[in-house]
Amino acid sequence: MGYRMATWRRLACAASVACCVLLAPAAAFADTTLLNVSYDVSRELYKDINPAFVAYWKAKTGETVTVNQSHGGSSKQALSVIAGLEADVVTMNQPTDIDILVEQGGLVSAEWRKRFPHDATPYTTTSVFMVRKGNPKGIKDWDDLTKPGLQVIVPNPKTSGNGRYAYLAAWGYALRKTKSEAAAREFVTKLFANVPVLDGGGRGATTTFTQRDVGDVLITFENEAIAIGGELGADKLDLVYPSLSIDASAPVAVVEKVADRRGTGMLATAYLEFLFSPQAQEIIARHHFRPRDERVLQKFAGRFPAIKMFNVERTLGSWAEMQKKHFADGGIYDQIVVNR
Amino acid sequence: MASVRAHRVLPGFGLSMGFTLTYLSLIVLIPLAAVFIRSTSLSLPAFWEVVTSPRVMASYRLSFGASLLAAAINVVFGFLLAWSLVRYRFPGRRIIDALVDLPFALPTAVAGIALTALYARNGWFGQYLENLGGNVAAALTDLHPGSAWLAPYLNPISIKVAYTPLGVLVALVFIGLPFVVRTVQPVLEDLDTELEEAAASLGARRWQTVRRVVIPTLLPALLTGFALAFARAVGEYGSVIFIAGNLPMVSEITPLIIITKLEQYDYVGATAVACVMLAASFALLLVINGLQGWTDRRSAKVR
Repeated sequence: MGYRMATWRRLACAASVACCVLLAPAAAFADTTLLNVSYDVSRELYKDINPAFVAYWKAKTGETVTVNQSHGGSSKQALSVIAGLEADVVTMNQPTDIDILVEQGGLVSAEWRKRFPHDATPYTTTSVFMVRKGNPKGIKDWDDLTKPGLQVIVPNPKTSGNGRYAYLAAWGYALRKTKSEAAAREFVTKLFANVPVLDGGGRGATTTFTQRDVGDVLITFENEAIAIGGELGADKLDLVYPSLSIDASAPVAVVEKVADRRGTGMLATAYLEFLFSPQAQEIIARHHFRPRDERVLQKFAGRFPAIKMFNVERTLGSWAEMQKKHFADGGIYDQIVVNR
Repeated sequence: MASVRAHRVLPGFGLSMGFTLTYLSLIVLIPLAAVFIRSTSLSLPAFWEVVTSPRVMASYRLSFGASLLAAAINVVFGFLLAWSLVRYRFPGRRIIDALVDLPFALPTAVAGIALTALYARNGWFGQYLENLGGNVAAALTDLHPGSAWLAPYLNPISIKVAYTPLGVLVALVFIGLPFVVRTVQPVLEDLDTELEEAAASLGARRWQTVRRVVIPTLLPALLTGFALAFARAVGEYGSVIFIAGNLPMVSEITPLIIITKLEQYDYVGATAVACVMLAASFALLLVINGLQGWTDRRSAKVR
């Protein structure tokens, strides 16, 4: 027993030393730094974009900058920024996660959509279907997903942006087809009755579908689908593009309150503008996101088949409305899954 | 006060008590108080509505039910493990002893993914469990061709673990095991075999010795282990989330409800549910501690 206590004490010592070592580098940066707080899936993307920006900035101004990254679930990241994480810029995958920064504490300007081209979205992606090789269930469009007996894997719309886009894509498709909210509701009810597992995020759903062999079809973002296809080889999975899907563009904004205080406003704006440059757009395309730059899109046309996409804010209503109507507690999504 | 002080043999009570209170406040009480204060911005009816909605109620049933059951399973098997580790000498005992701590050290997400991989339909265990009846029937028919008539009854038997509440239980048993073993082990080490020998020489049968000598001595430690395993299980998120399937009303645990509320920036709703969890857990732990004190006193009397 005595020796065990000693072990614990030693462990505690080691832990405190480790803490000090980990915290120390935070004070070591003297150069201008920029903190980009972003969502989970963009980790690899910004790993490539940041060095390109640093080189570009050095060539342009002679100044050396360091871009730090923070990644996590996008709503959690937004909450951290509200709670005081000193982000100069935020790069999210859903406008609600930036709107909340406007509402709470006025960290971001209410006009953030107008600050950069394409409603401040440097790239987009869309919800697509991933099916087993050869498409044994013959899945072509959203209607096929509501057939009884089929298993559909989709990330949890309550916890994941990917899931919310998938749900809204189905809703928007049904609404356009039937012109009736009641019918659209019945459509998503049938679709979600086919869902056997609700993973917390897009990557979890991918694992369930590809590694655990659960489900006939996975609804996920195109960038994720192309990435899995590349990793698992084309001999196991097929990509299916529905006749209509959703424009899941990723919004960016300068966190003005923080940038003003830190004096990084210019740099932060330049960083986000850089995302729209042909150089960054190519990096974006290589990471399987659809670039905004027409010429870059042309260059990668083979990778991104043309697909009809609808924009949530222009066709269905504001994100705040969508959130309240569909995803808030007691909203349509809750009603359809609780009573299934 | 002076008289109290006069009775203390050990000096430094004032200092250590002050330190205890300050430390406990900083580390435990103030953060928890913040949770309660946050939730007070809800009116009472609104609070009640949030914490008793059907979906949240279903999650309490799963979280508390599975945690209690997992702790109970761990008490039985953790005790057996501790018993073999303390009472017997065998090659590899040290290694097994160290293995017990692994669930402490592993990031729970890794545990969740590993368990899901095992119990999913295409996993090592899952493939047999999901067609359990069929496998048993086939084996029986091989042994006794005459028992083929059983097959239609056996075939539908199938145990699904991954993506069901049963999966939640499996994950909670996994993470709770070390708590029981590590609390029972030292007490068992202190328990002299002479006591059992004395009982035997006085004519006690084996089962009597276990029931009247071993169990009463170990009961307080077993209860502590139970309480720790339970408390750990109720708050567990990382491992469960991968294996649960997270279907509303079926396999959503309360921590997931809290996370989903945070996801929609419903900080107040999240803290409201957290308050209920805290209060319920605290009440249960109090009961267990009371029980432990009672068994302590009782076994002291017996001695």
